Amino acid sequence: MRRGASLREYLRQEAMPNVWCPGCGHGNVMAALTEAFDRTQLDLDTTVVVGGIGCASRMPFFLDTNTMHTTHGRALAFATGIKLARPELTVIVIMGDGDALAIGGNHLIHACRRNIDLTALVLNNEIYGMTGGQAAPTTPQGFRSTTSPLGSIESQFDAVELALAAGATFVARTTTFDFHDMPRLIETALAHPGFALVEVLSQCPTYFGRLNKLGAGRALLDYEKDLTEPIEGITRDDVVGKQPIGVFRQEIRPEYTRRYAALCERARKGAHG
Amino acid sequence: MDQLIQGNEACALGAVMAGCSFFAGYPISPSSEIMEWMARMLPTRGGVFVQMEDELASMGAVIGASWAGAKAMTATSGPGFSLMQEHIGYAAMTETPCVIVDSQRVGPSTGMPTMPAQGDVMQARWGSHGDRPAIVLTASSVRDTYEMTVEAFNLSELHRLPVVLLLDATLSHMRENVDLPELPVLSRAHPASPDGFAPFGSPEFLPLGRGARFMVTGLSHDESGHQQASDGAPGERLLRRAFARLEADAERITHLRMHRLEDAELVFVTYGITARAGRAAVDELRDVGVSAGLLELMTLWPFPERVVGAIAERAGAVVVPELNLGQVALLVRAVAGDTPVVPLGRVDGSLLAPDDIAAAGRTALVADRSPA
Repeated sequence: MRRGASLREYLRQEAMPNVWCPGCGHGNVMAALTEAFDRTQLDLDTTVVVGGIGCASRMPFFLDTNTMHTTHGRALAFATGIKLARPELTVIVIMGDGDALAIGGNHLIHACRRNIDLTALVLNNEIYGMTGGQAAPTTPQGFRSTTSPLGSIESQFDAVELALAAGATFVARTTTFDFHDMPRLIETALAHPGFALVEVLSQCPTYFGRLNKLGAGRALLDYEKDLTEPIEGITRDDVVGKQPIGVFRQEIRPEYTRRYAALCERARKGAHG
Repeated sequence: MDQLIQGNEACALGAVMAGCSFFAGYPISPSSEIMEWMARMLPTRGGVFVQMEDELASMGAVIGASWAGAKAMTATSGPGFSLMQEHIGYAAMTETPCVIVDSQRVGPSTGMPTMPAQGDVMQARWGSHGDRPAIVLTASSVRDTYEMTVEAFNLSELHRLPVVLLLDATLSHMRENVDLPELPVLSRAHPASPDGFAPFGSPEFLPLGRGARFMVTGLSHDESGHQQASDGAPGERLLRRAFARLEADAERITHLRMHRLEDAELVFVTYGITARAGRAAVDELRDVGVSAGLLELMTLWPFPERVVGAIAERAGAVVVPELNLGQVALLVRAVAGDTPVVPLGRVDGSLLAPDDIAAAGRTALVADRSPA
């Protein structure tokens, strides 16, 4: 495991400082991602990192690879075009919870359904950070935001359940509290030949912590710890009243770009029409 | 060899001729046959066809594929074209070559699925927020549709821009006996080396994953792709440079067709399917001694204001027949000097007939000759 100075080679120094607030969890996720790059000896020249819009989606700016910062919610659509046009590229998609589950929900379920070989990280801080602390589809019922000042009355979206139902072939959830295991988890997701979704609960001290009087820093990591339960030795159905964390599905099914290549082969042989 | 084909098929054949290797789309009448043909043709040619979950995704995938190095396109109609606007702006901001075909139908909203219209002229130019350079082309026959699809790709590759080809429900679905020739094909220039290459503000294009690791962003940025969200100067510099490139290449971009214009006292300025009826109206008027002529705008944007202005100023009266309530008439009026410009619009899903156009022409001439 390499940490610190040696991981700087994966970062764009000229894009620093990053945009994240002190105490935000997103930098930790980026650190884990670069460590996963290092563990897999990823070729930065043939890797593309695509982001949507929001705090999490700013991550591509700071990574020294091919990077694309797209539109709110649509990163997966751009990534699908890149991957289909050049399947040999490694394509990673970084999204926030509003990005992936509100405005981009349609693209998320269809990327899962296609089982296209993308690795999607959803950084879930249960609130809209960049626009100033508004309620997200992940904001827990009763929790405050600037657009739910009396507490949210809506039900929470569960990215893991959604991805499982939509057909993703690798689905996992972790938290920034579980940072130590995160690089290995991302490494596994990167190696998965199909659509991989990793949800990371990440803390927002500026809005979620402050508006809900949960404190910052360590207190928010404790909030994540208390909110979740690892599924080691049990199944996710056994977890009651908490969010299960771990790898929920890891299975090999025909991947989209390979299925497309096979279809082209059939078409060329005249099997078509 | 002549073949009897539909406008939408000619569009797909033009795309393949131009080297299109990626199509992403979402079904919508009257454009769907374009994607159906691409679904048949691309897999046998090593290209990619994908049916996306909506038009936003289609346009996103097209831009992603273009950045992966593919010549990419989508095809849609009014409601889908509206949904694509954000990403057309993104393509302009990121200097992404791509082609969008909009087969127009009556709007707004669901309107009349699917009767012909020409109501997306202004949307094709201004539909996305902010300022941007734009190229918008038209066609008035099945053969034109083929040629202008190739031209849309060529101009998008040459100028690193999203180029829009406006068709309409009638043109998309009508069949004509045509011979489709091989045409010159242009492809985006690549830099000699990725080292030190500035990926923006240059006609040269370097796809992602080809040795230079840079940032593509819809945020205001400089030539290196580095975001400049708090300093507007680099963004404005790039935007003005993109406008200047189009201005400098105006002759190449501007496609016009003139019909009996030489001594025309009565001039029709029109485009698309309406130009066909307009030409018939001109011949009808000439037969009875009215000196009428017609200018067909096959490039709507950048609007060829100098040519239109010069022709309009020479004329006694100008009539602008179009299947909307005066979108191009507004542009013609702005450059016509003292010449009266009469809009002739229709938005009920019917075409303008030659008789309608001829009658409007006669009325305009009479009005022009009557004492003030």
